[in-house]
Amino acid sequence: MADLLIQGAAVLGDTVQDLLVRDGRIAAIGAPGTLEVAADAERLDAEGLVALPGLVDPHTHLREPGREDAETVLTGTRAAALGGFTAVHAMANSIPVADTAGVVEQVWRLGRQSGYADVRPVGAVTVGLAGERLAELGAMAQSKARVRMFSDDGICVSDPQLMRRALEYVKAFDGVIAQHAQEPRLTVGAQMNEGTVSAELGLAGWPAVAEESIIARDVLLAEHVGSRLHVCHVSTAGSVQILRWAKDRGVKVTGEVTPHHLLLTEELVREYDPVYKVNPPLRTAADVQALREAVADGTIDMIGTDHAPHPSEAKECEWAAAAMGMTGLETALSIVQLALVDTGLITWADVARIMSHAPAAMAGDTDQGRPLQAGEPANITLYDPQAQSVVDPATHATKGRNSPYAGMNVPGSVRHVLLHGHPVVRDGALNTPYDPEEADA
Amino acid sequence: MRHLLDTVHLGREDALRILDVAETMSEVSGREVKKLPALRGRTVVNLFFEDSTRTRISFEAAAKRLSADVINFSAKGSSVSKGESLKDTAQTLQAIGADAVVIRHPASGAAQRLARTDWIDAAVVNAGDGTHAHPTQALLDALTLRRELAVRNGVDPTGRGLDGAHVVIVGDVVHSRVARSDVWLLHRLGARVTLVAPPTLLPVGVDTWPCEVTYDLDAALASDPDAVMMLRVQAERMHGSFFPSTAEYTRTWGLTAARVDALGPDTVIMHPGPMNRGLEISSAAADSPRSRVLDQVANGVAVRMAALYLVLSPDTPTPASGGHRG
Repeated sequence: MADLLIQGAAVLGDTVQDLLVRDGRIAAIGAPGTLEVAADAERLDAEGLVALPGLVDPHTHLREPGREDAETVLTGTRAAALGGFTAVHAMANSIPVADTAGVVEQVWRLGRQSGYADVRPVGAVTVGLAGERLAELGAMAQSKARVRMFSDDGICVSDPQLMRRALEYVKAFDGVIAQHAQEPRLTVGAQMNEGTVSAELGLAGWPAVAEESIIARDVLLAEHVGSRLHVCHVSTAGSVQILRWAKDRGVKVTGEVTPHHLLLTEELVREYDPVYKVNPPLRTAADVQALREAVADGTIDMIGTDHAPHPSEAKECEWAAAAMGMTGLETALSIVQLALVDTGLITWADVARIMSHAPAAMAGDTDQGRPLQAGEPANITLYDPQAQSVVDPATHATKGRNSPYAGMNVPGSVRHVLLHGHPVVRDGALNTPYDPEEADA
Repeated sequence: MRHLLDTVHLGREDALRILDVAETMSEVSGREVKKLPALRGRTVVNLFFEDSTRTRISFEAAAKRLSADVINFSAKGSSVSKGESLKDTAQTLQAIGADAVVIRHPASGAAQRLARTDWIDAAVVNAGDGTHAHPTQALLDALTLRRELAVRNGVDPTGRGLDGAHVVIVGDVVHSRVARSDVWLLHRLGARVTLVAPPTLLPVGVDTWPCEVTYDLDAALASDPDAVMMLRVQAERMHGSFFPSTAEYTRTWGLTAARVDALGPDTVIMHPGPMNRGLEISSAAADSPRSRVLDQVANGVAVRMAALYLVLSPDTPTPASGGHRG
């Protein structure tokens, strides 16, 4: 493979540099025109673009195996690549559930075959996500998929004793339990955030306390047994306060927020359009503000898309019958720019931290989420923050058309993405996939 | 008026228009030949995903008295679990040529979905959606109250609101589409509304509603309201720990015979039906001369005639006012 020279990118939105890519790694990085480059090297003009480490999504639903009508590993990773992600963590709620070494290896292998983003399977905490007994966490950790992050996402590990055991057990291989914090008895039939809007709309409420009480319990459990806890899709101001308190105490806890919880509020539910139905639900403007501030001050560590594609029939119905979830991979970076960067709350270096370094570190990825330095894997996203576009879900690579941003004017455009040195996205469009077998050979 | 979906978005002028047309319509119901040609050739579909014989026959009578063709479509059960989706059902009705769809559905917002999507062009009248809204029930409650006040004051109800009236609504507010629709409509028409319920049967967020809230029924009744409206309480609520026992509910929030005896002389008793005698309302209350329950039923037909008439022929003057064509 010929060398590739990225010319004139603003690294982390700051200093303009050239980056030389060779054999899947960053061979050198330096001031424009100062690098020694072979004559046959390919050149990529990155003037005006921000260079970020390839984004890492800690929370993706790829739906395969089992719901290939909603998404496949191939379509999901194509969407990831177009969104600037070089790695995604595939949640375990497939059919069959990813609760054995066999299923996680299957998902991992499908990711290798796709070649548009590294797929890191998340293992289920409990057999069949049933919340009754531990899945074979060790076998999944030792499989080719090298699972370190375990979650029953979509369902809360609500049994406190089982949660304690899971937290303890994964210490054996430096694993982490990613909790979907939702007290099930407080959310029976829940349809939207409980508050003034649910009262008026007559939709069963999903109270903030159902999330906050589980987070409070789990940070105390994690402290008690000295384990790592990750909290998926934090959605309330109260959860932020609990996380802040726990971090002050030294609890090993990380928090994640979705792009949609940083931008959208429950007011959107008023027309009963199920495209806004999501779990946890859209909350209030005060929650959105608290979540933004929590990202800015580091209380919340990372962005997780919770990309949840659904076939259109799952949303073209009455609210109560509709599936929960929104697509997010192809819009995440634009929404983060809109909600956090353009508002002056964070810098592009912070974006690299919350969308690449922190999720990779949490999930135990070794060759993703690395700094843009010589010798590091060449997972690089080149992004044009000046671009503007109107979101059109019909043009998305994901099979899901359930984007809550349809018709919205958003900033930014992912121009090029390098996965282990191979450009999987060029000029904003899919290129050929990366072939790991060739790289291994 | 294109659709009738809820009362939160129903302005005072539109509400008064419906009530005034309903007054005219109830004259028709008093005649020997109870029929107007206003909707001749129009098709009204009663699309009921929930059992409700009372509401359905009320809408059916209303449409027939306006000479519309009526199709009753009973599609019980949730759309997804039972096969055909709401979208397919709507498109079927569109293909059949429905001019208006009267929808009763267990999911809050189902009427909005029909009205806002491109599934069907017909006018949509909400006949009760989940725990959200039941606008024709609220309108018939308002019509009943307005008549009551007009008779008491010796005036013509037409054109009047409910200014200065005080209505106490008692019971399972959190699960009640009737309460939601009544609060906004009665408020908009100028009435003062007081909700009375155990705290477990009030929604979180009720403090933002345009009404007062109390847990004390006796205190609310002592203020001499113009009407006390009892909401149906389903005994199953007991299993959700909303209250300890039906006996305790009745003692604390039921309209018992003793409470009826203590009412001021002008307070009337209302109930949307069906009543749970012995639970939220005693027979002494239901059968007392103060009860307006059967007036409510009769007024329901008039209000539904008005609603169907207005969504289907919005620009025509009030029908029976210009000469007796029936």
